[in-house]
Amino acid sequence: MAILVISEHDNAALKPSTLNTVKAASEIGGEIDLLIVGSGCSAVADSAAKVAGIRKVLVADNAAYDHEIAENVAALVIELAPGYSHLLAPATTNGKNFMPRVAALLDVGQISDIIKVESPDTFVRPIYAGNAIATVQSLDDTKVITVRTTAFDAVAEEGGSATVESLSQVKDLGLSRLISEDMAVSDRPELTAARVVISGGRGMASKENFELLEKVADKLGAAIGASRAAVDAGFVPNDMQVGQTGKIVAPELYIAVGISGAIQHLAGMKDSKVIVAINKDEDAPIFQVADYGLVADLFEAVPELEKSL
Amino acid sequence: MKVLVTVKRVIDYNVKVRVMSDNSDVDLKNVKMAVNPFCEIAVEQAVRMKESGLATEVVVVSMGPATAQEQLRTALAMGADRAILVQSDEALESLTVAKILAKIVEEEQPGLVLMGKQSIDTDNNQTGQMLSALTGMSQGAFASAIESDGDQLKVTREVDGGLQTLSIKLPAVVTVDLRMNEPRYASLPNIMKAKKKPLDTKTPADYGVSVKAHSKVLRVEPPAERQAGIKVGSVAELVDKLKNEAKVI
Repeated sequence: MAILVISEHDNAALKPSTLNTVKAASEIGGEIDLLIVGSGCSAVADSAAKVAGIRKVLVADNAAYDHEIAENVAALVIELAPGYSHLLAPATTNGKNFMPRVAALLDVGQISDIIKVESPDTFVRPIYAGNAIATVQSLDDTKVITVRTTAFDAVAEEGGSATVESLSQVKDLGLSRLISEDMAVSDRPELTAARVVISGGRGMASKENFELLEKVADKLGAAIGASRAAVDAGFVPNDMQVGQTGKIVAPELYIAVGISGAIQHLAGMKDSKVIVAINKDEDAPIFQVADYGLVADLFEAVPELEKSL
Repeated sequence: MKVLVTVKRVIDYNVKVRVMSDNSDVDLKNVKMAVNPFCEIAVEQAVRMKESGLATEVVVVSMGPATAQEQLRTALAMGADRAILVQSDEALESLTVAKILAKIVEEEQPGLVLMGKQSIDTDNNQTGQMLSALTGMSQGAFASAIESDGDQLKVTREVDGGLQTLSIKLPAVVTVDLRMNEPRYASLPNIMKAKKKPLDTKTPADYGVSVKAHSKVLRVEPPAERQAGIKVGSVAELVDKLKNEAKVI
């Protein structure tokens, strides 16, 4: 039994989500190979070869895979599939983009967003936005799986000594091309990988007021998130949204500021280890999941918090 | 250009989900059902395309029990022209749905298929991508905006870290994200009119697709409940608890 993990990277290094996915693979058991597909991504191979527990690193570096166009990436993966019992990718927007294509082209189902491995063919995954948890057995010979990365620890970045192999096949279906990318630039940790997340909701009242959270985030080395209400109100861009329809986070400390705690938001953060809620409405549902609740005006409490850190 | 839109009948997003006591599934008896919110956005987009002259006809498809007619009528009331119900009392897996849709695409020859990016029941986020792979139509997943550009479609996608804009060849499958639009409410006259719009009922067998199980749900359980913690009286107390009790800062 061998497992292929399709990695997430930025052409320079692996993203942490890859390390979480390798962990899920190791719980399934068997040899693990890592596929790096992209354009100008060869530099990733060296660091990938050091990841603990990897047998082989496969590198497909070609302009056809620039920005990991789903059609082309899937076409490559299905060619590699016959050597593997399991194909795993992180359930990032990238993994979710190409992986179902891989499943369909192999005529198998996809088990999405697993949070636990029960056995090599049985997995646990949330349904109904995490309001129910399903245990699902795959009946297919090849298991195509996406992994909720916050549910698995990262494997060690060092300690392995995998061989590196370049792949020469080029799959270019010529269906899509990139026009532009508009990515948020930030020195802060990535939302889904941060140890501490501080999020603001509708209670923040304006875009400018998010600066209050930034000051706290600077002191704690935290990432900044937001509720859907704050995104819909135009305070912050949508890539900051935590929730069922945004990012799923599970940091050690989650601080919810001016967030009422709609089900859709809770679905994205309720697996955090410690939850703090600051809200002036003492009946806000967020207090039902918070370990520490502070009923206070955020415009007083947040600056005070910043000063006392 | 003909636009094909898919709609799924799901539990209304406002309803609190309850797991059945035998842990076989969630309890869907006597709960309010609705159009999957992402599908509703797809219908709205198709209707807007028709209103602006980009689409010539909007065909809606649903798969599910006979009662899924209600959701198709909702889509017709929003402005779709006709509907197809592929009736099946057993739940169809994503791959089966994609295979049936591929047959419908072959028959209908739409220039564009608009789908929700995921349904809020199974949360799989895969049927649209599967359809694209099976038909060879190009793929624009998690779109927050689309713009027609000759034989191409400009698709703005919501990706981790920001937005990505692709130019994809038509015909295409586009799955829509929340921010594409705000769906309209159907007016009463349109609801009345929708009752007279054509609705064809088919079965998976009509499309020559056999229903195959690729997975089996062994059990469904409620999530671990999180216990509410304590209220603290001041910022100082909060910081003290975080430092000395939770030890997270």
